[in-house]
Amino acid sequence: MTILYFAWLKERVGTGEEQLPLPAGVTTVGDLIEHLKARSPELEAVFGADARVLTAVNQDMATPDTPVTDSDEVAFFPPMTGG
Amino acid sequence: MIRVTAQAFDSAAETAAFRDRVPQAGAIVTFLGQVRGRGPQGDIAAMTLEHYPGMTERALETIEAEARRRWPLDEVIIIHRYGRLEPGEPIVFVATASPHRRAAYEANEFLVDWLKTRAPFWKKEEGQFGARWVDAKADDDDAAARWE
Repeated sequence: MTILYFAWLKERVGTGEEQLPLPAGVTTVGDLIEHLKARSPELEAVFGADARVLTAVNQDMATPDTPVTDSDEVAFFPPMTGG
Repeated sequence: MIRVTAQAFDSAAETAAFRDRVPQAGAIVTFLGQVRGRGPQGDIAAMTLEHYPGMTERALETIEAEARRRWPLDEVIIIHRYGRLEPGEPIVFVATASPHRRAAYEANEFLVDWLKTRAPFWKKEEGQFGARWVDAKADDDDAAARWE
């Protein structure tokens, strides 16, 4: 799967994009976040309790219950500040 | 019509081009958002807008379709910049054309309110204070929510 990070998340994680085989036991966005948090202190901080992080799966807004598969593009980003 | 671009644009030229496309419209409302020169932490030297290529365009198209569903619009254009911009440079241009002014006004305000909270763009401001990502504002959420 493809994981994308934007804005301050990208800076904190140190990359905007990574390829990851679907981890064992991961079937939803919520599972994926728990898996990522365990991978590094930076990722744990990004998804920490006081950070508000939004998720999109294949460019549609998602929730922790949204299913994910190995062919998906999953993006993490802060609340939008355009306009 | 949606345009997400790194290129600077001229709001007067865009307004003229828009008018040419809707000679039958009775009312045209335009909104121009530009880079502010001061923020809460002091003078702003530059601003960088990051976006999510693909999703940003799709989100704007969805918002435009919703506006067309709600109001009788002859034409809509949303132009949004990304990349590094300096104070006074245009960021976003929204024009709405309708037979009557109320629909053009309301649809324009709706489009700006929703794109601020639903289109994936993120602003980072730089100045003597350093560089900081702009926080999403509760006011903007409230403004967007009143259309739900």
